[in-house]
Amino acid sequence: MGAGMAQRAYLGTRKGLFQVDVADDGAWQLALVQFAGDPVSMLLHDSRDGTLYAALNLGHFGAKLHRRDAGGQWQEIAVPAYPAKPADSGDTIDWTVRQVWSLAAGGADQPGVLWAGTLPGGLFRSGDRGDSWQLVESLWNVPQRAQWFGGGYDVPGIHSICVDPRDSNTVLVGVSCGGVWQTQDGGASWALSATGMRADYMPPELDENEAVQDPHRIVRSAGTPDALWCQHHNGIWRSQDAGWHWQEVTTAPLSHFGFAVAVHPRDGDTAWFVPAQADALRIPRDGALAVTRTRDGGKTFEVLRAGLPQQHCYDLVYRHGLALADDGRSLLMASTTGGAWYSGDGGEHWQTLSAHLPPVYAVCFATP
Amino acid sequence: MQADDVEGIMAHLHFTRQLARFLDVPMVDVAAPCLRAALDAAFARHLRLRGYVLDEQGALRANVVIFIDGARCRERRVLDDALRPDSQVYVLQALSGG
Repeated sequence: MGAGMAQRAYLGTRKGLFQVDVADDGAWQLALVQFAGDPVSMLLHDSRDGTLYAALNLGHFGAKLHRRDAGGQWQEIAVPAYPAKPADSGDTIDWTVRQVWSLAAGGADQPGVLWAGTLPGGLFRSGDRGDSWQLVESLWNVPQRAQWFGGGYDVPGIHSICVDPRDSNTVLVGVSCGGVWQTQDGGASWALSATGMRADYMPPELDENEAVQDPHRIVRSAGTPDALWCQHHNGIWRSQDAGWHWQEVTTAPLSHFGFAVAVHPRDGDTAWFVPAQADALRIPRDGALAVTRTRDGGKTFEVLRAGLPQQHCYDLVYRHGLALADDGRSLLMASTTGGAWYSGDGGEHWQTLSAHLPPVYAVCFATP
Repeated sequence: MQADDVEGIMAHLHFTRQLARFLDVPMVDVAAPCLRAALDAAFARHLRLRGYVLDEQGALRANVVIFIDGARCRERRVLDDALRPDSQVYVLQALSGG
């Protein structure tokens, strides 16, 4: 290619783990590199030590977790598991991990600490890079969990985990459908943190109930960590106070419905979305795929289409199908019907990596 | 009851070769009066195997099926089906997915 590697990224799909390398001159290579045939439900590249984690969701044999150390080989490690459900429990949820739905690294001052969010709603913590996991019982036992319900799956799940880079003991999680929760003591106690959100799918008297909100995806700007964005079932919300209060953003073009959101790592006013037409119509508006971007905190948006399919496109980008690299420019986006696109300029121009991958569950950058 | 306490009953456990993509697939002969005891004995020897066959509450995974002497095991949580001397137990993947 004659050019150095600009970015490396991974795609977790229904049929395996794919790697994409993009060179400085824009040339790219895509390859199926591991777990051929197996569903890869979640990925984490831990920039603290270069480790890559992949969660599998084996159709017959359950959820598994694999780890590849920097320069090393893949190995199966422990997977989060619930403790025995008490015989007298009134919980209607089975205490079994259906799927690892989110993975996050702990803070820079907590080497080895990982967080995992699961369907049916349990948060797990590891202190040893996934060699063992413990259910965060303080969150599992909040009384409001009885109000949680499934959104997209028939059980609730934790899809977003945002560690505060200023304080590793402050962690925010997003639950579909169970609202937004924060701990400020490393997980010993939790408080609801969805003030301002609204659930139009609830009876009117319950639409501001924080414990039943459906934040589809929540991201935090690492460099301006008071800034968070949420693509919610009923619209777009942002927070400017570390996720304690949320303001609806109603200026987005095309649609307020979607799943994915990415935020600039050093500019909390810049965020990207991939709208679908509506809750009841989960395809791009007019069959033309578009990404929307705000660079002024939601006052205005741009519609970015160059290089994206503009005819007969019915791709949906799900929660974890959009990722932004640390350079704040490189974007990877992939759909539930196997489309994958890359932009090296903040979404101004896109190139198609593939139109026929397996369904894509998660994408992440892993640039060394 | 410990599996090894039951003298003279030796079940033969066969695990699907589909598992060979993930771990070593053993053929296990165990002395056990019932399915649960036989599985526990097999898992005690092959620790990682348990999580592939049972969930963390000890129930048979939804898309795993067990046949005992040609009859499908229908109860999936207690797994107390009685075993006979020389029972042939097949732990297989159910047909599912796409």
